[in-house]
Amino acid sequence: MGSIFSFQQIINGLQLGAIYALIALGYTMVYGIVRLINFAHGDFFMVGAYVAYAAFYMFNFFLKVPQGNGMAFLVLIVAMIGGAVVALLSNQFAYKPLRYKPRLSSLVTAIGVSMLLEYLFSALPFIGPSPRGFPELLKKEMYHFGSAEISNYVVIDLLVAAVLMIGLTYLVRRTPLGKAMRAVSQDKDAAKLMGIDVEMVIGFTFAVGGAFAGAAGLLAGLTYPRIQPYMGILPGLKAFIAAVLGGIGNIPGAVLGAFIMGLAETFATAYNSLLGEGIAFVILIVVLLLRPNGILGEKTADKI
Amino acid sequence: MKSSVVSAFIAVALAGSFLACDKGAKEIKIGGVAPATGEAATFGASTKNGFDMAIAEWNAKGGVLGKQVKMSFADDKGDPAEAATVWTKLIEQDKVCAVVGTVMSKCSLAGAPISQAAKIPMISTSSTNPKVTLVGNYIFRVCFIDPFQGTVGAKFAFEDLKAKKAACIFDVGNDYTKGLSEFFKAKFTALGGQVVGYEGHATGTTDFKAQLTKVLAASPDVLYVSDYYNDVALIAKQARELGFKGPLLGGDGWDSPKLVEVGGSAVEGCFFTNHYSQDNTSPEVQNFVKSYQAKYNAVPDALAALGYDATNIMLDAISKAGSTDGDKIRDAMSKEDFKGVTGQVKFDGDRNPVKSAVIIEIKGGKQVYKTTVNP
Repeated sequence: MGSIFSFQQIINGLQLGAIYALIALGYTMVYGIVRLINFAHGDFFMVGAYVAYAAFYMFNFFLKVPQGNGMAFLVLIVAMIGGAVVALLSNQFAYKPLRYKPRLSSLVTAIGVSMLLEYLFSALPFIGPSPRGFPELLKKEMYHFGSAEISNYVVIDLLVAAVLMIGLTYLVRRTPLGKAMRAVSQDKDAAKLMGIDVEMVIGFTFAVGGAFAGAAGLLAGLTYPRIQPYMGILPGLKAFIAAVLGGIGNIPGAVLGAFIMGLAETFATAYNSLLGEGIAFVILIVVLLLRPNGILGEKTADKI
Repeated sequence: MKSSVVSAFIAVALAGSFLACDKGAKEIKIGGVAPATGEAATFGASTKNGFDMAIAEWNAKGGVLGKQVKMSFADDKGDPAEAATVWTKLIEQDKVCAVVGTVMSKCSLAGAPISQAAKIPMISTSSTNPKVTLVGNYIFRVCFIDPFQGTVGAKFAFEDLKAKKAACIFDVGNDYTKGLSEFFKAKFTALGGQVVGYEGHATGTTDFKAQLTKVLAASPDVLYVSDYYNDVALIAKQARELGFKGPLLGGDGWDSPKLVEVGGSAVEGCFFTNHYSQDNTSPEVQNFVKSYQAKYNAVPDALAALGYDATNIMLDAISKAGSTDGDKIRDAMSKEDFKGVTGQVKFDGDRNPVKSAVIIEIKGGKQVYKTTVNP
């Protein structure tokens, strides 16, 4: 029993939480700005993983870029661009035409986009439905830290997540574009009257969310090196629950919720391996019963 | 509309009666079933190669009971409903006197009751679920069953690797991996070892770190991972990340090139139980490998070997029975003691073979034959 909360398990939980956090941010930002639960967001994460996979082989075999930190950074950038592009395209072709239609239409469309991406990727002959191994972008190094073993991958996961989250906070709080995002999330019509290009801001939000999902895809590929077209479903669902837990629409809330989810899942699995997968949904039910607006969420009249 | 249905019926009935008249034919007809298409298509292709090779060899030697052997092959597509349909077709329409097949347990379980009811003996090639032969006394199999692999794995870990403490990781949603781990645990404990960790994981998960951290805290000498190759590769990598240095052990679910492709150096020095190894130096295996390579230009895998053995045993039983009568073939089958490519095959009371398993080691990214373990 003592080993459930061991230092190693905390590290495991934080690592999982970092990946959930990057996905959850996209959910919460898009919800905050257009009140849409974008169920295709988990699949942006999957696309990011595949783009990273393709980028690695492209750099490695065709451009002969030496393996190392520099190349890993390039792959990260490409994966983020990949995630952003697929998010922008989904927004442009699926969500934008339904912007002022009943909210349910967009929600159902999001499920459609999600399935489209999954089945498209398994149908494409050069991707296919069978799982692939993800390449080791960086040499694995191990650090002993008391009783715990920490690999450089853990450090990278946490570092990348932290840098991106700090960057996002700066963007939202300190830049004119961030101000525009906040304005649009509060009142689209008033923002338009103030001369803000609402559609541009919404597109930008989708792109940032997609880029974060793409980064998460790369990190997940590194940490759990198996990618397949359906890999986004469960992490997507759990990140969504994390966003709800933290208060959907609230950026620090999503991060907090994601780390709580990662730790809860790890501890539950350590306590009894059958509990781990279920804990997320138990948390969702408890949150909806006791605090439907989430830990940091503000009270609003209606939610999906 | 109606008349076309009626005429179709008549056509089928006529065709059936023609086939039924075929009794005095100059050939012996047996059925072969394997998933030639579908999710297990590569398994089916290897198995069918094994069938064809065995039949060609018997025919070259003059056939069975002085007649040439002909196989009616049917594709079950890895689908139990399809298996039931083709099984009925083979028995009712093609009038086969025995059926060899099939690969997946769920499909064999669909075909077995049909064989049993028609009293047409069947021998499954690689359905390891214990329930298959329990359907009835006309149902045999050539592969060992799930409990056996776990038992052999435990014996190897305790006696050859001198492990005293072991931990198991398995998929809670899969009877195969659960069964293997259960029997590993039972045997390892019975031998005097200690199972210090026993953890399941959900199907399809990629994060095994919580379970691994927990079981590795008890510092086991070996880790028994009864999963399929995809999960094994991830578990191995994460176990190494958490500082585990000992070997991982597993069952025939590891048998795929993908294991090393994804697992890389993490699966180096690990072992798994399998039906056969092409590196086994016994003359039966070497002759089989040589003629298979000559015929198909590929190295035979375990499924090809099992398909080959199953066909040989069935034809041997028919020739010993001296008849194509179902009861006589079955009686001859239960007395078989056949030296096949996958080991000496002799059937126990539940018509499962009592045979040896081979241990394969991953060495330099290749599957290398380590040893043969007898039950």
